[in-house]
Amino acid sequence: MKICISSTGSSMDSTLDPRFGRAVYFIIADTETMEYESIENTAALSGGGAGVTSGQLMADKGVSAVITGSVGPNAMNVLKAAEIDVYRGLPTTVKENIAKFKEGSLEKIDSPGPSHSGMGGQR
Amino acid sequence: MRIAVLSGKGGTGKTTVSASLALSLGNYQYVDSDVEEPNGGIFLNPKITDILPVNVKVPAVDENKCTGCGICSKTCQFNAIAVIKGMVLLFSEICHHCGACIIACPEVALYEIEKTIGVIEKNEDATFMQGKLNIGEPISIPIIQKLKDEMNPHIPIIIDCPPGASCNVVESIEGCDYCILVTEPTPFGLHDLKIAVKLVEKMGIPFGVVINKSSKDSKIIHKFCDKNKIDILLEIPFSRDIAEAYSKGRLPVHENAEWKEKFRAMYEKIKRGVNK
Repeated sequence: MKICISSTGSSMDSTLDPRFGRAVYFIIADTETMEYESIENTAALSGGGAGVTSGQLMADKGVSAVITGSVGPNAMNVLKAAEIDVYRGLPTTVKENIAKFKEGSLEKIDSPGPSHSGMGGQR
Repeated sequence: MRIAVLSGKGGTGKTTVSASLALSLGNYQYVDSDVEEPNGGIFLNPKITDILPVNVKVPAVDENKCTGCGICSKTCQFNAIAVIKGMVLLFSEICHHCGACIIACPEVALYEIEKTIGVIEKNEDATFMQGKLNIGEPISIPIIQKLKDEMNPHIPIIIDCPPGASCNVVESIEGCDYCILVTEPTPFGLHDLKIAVKLVEKMGIPFGVVINKSSKDSKIIHKFCDKNKIDILLEIPFSRDIAEAYSKGRLPVHENAEWKEKFRAMYEKIKRGVNK
């Protein structure tokens, strides 16, 4: 199963980034083989619409689930349309989050968090 | 003559200065372009008679023509379109109304629809105008543009600008003959005054400074203005009387005819400044 974890760095040992749209990296991993691809999130610095673009990226990459901290309303709309499930990750490494996901112990998120919460107190 | 009143820092007294100048001149058009929270009306008490909607164009999709190719999503520079499972998702509140998606769509499946983002309000003789952006709308520029379209070039126009020095201020002061930069004698006031000075210098608009809540600390503003050869047009003292009157919706010009004279004198200075 292909899943994506929002990450502060480019490796499996990086810490989860609690922001979705403005995460620094996305780690797209295969939960069976543990092979992964890391993508620098170019939308992180955009003026607006980071969640829409990040959601589109998830759909384009064909992931089935996203593990992150919080997803804004626009990103949630895109992810729901793409039928991608969202799980609340733990403040630990990408690798550990994948392990918890495989155990089935991560909480599923169904409703969006507030807008712009990943913008670092700019609002 | 079009005069814009801006400040950089919020709460320095843009509205106090704009409304006082207007009341001192008598013949004027007051334009509140702080469309997120216009408040000049509190001091000028206009009777609003005309309310005009401000519309922008946002895309809509004809699902019969759309093939879900995703070109619109890639074209949008503002991340306002996603295409998921062949369906176009439009986020109109992020849209900047540029129309690029409409041009890019190879199937001609996108078309424009009107969306109301706010209003402009006028009194009967249009000596007072204000813009109001709807709650939740992020882009105020079209409302400011509409205010500019409705301005009366035959009488002095005073534009009460939004705080800051970003797009909405740029739009408000573009085309003005003179800018009044209102500041206060605090490190924040000075810091943001410097930003506002850079902006008006870049735009090539003549300007001068009003120090509001002036006190012995005003020397930091004087020092900056002396060094950069900037005119100080007027100082309004830090005063309990002024603050108390203000809290009841009254300005120094309401209370004391001397202030009207001071603002008229400032207007004369500005006229000379424009012709420099």
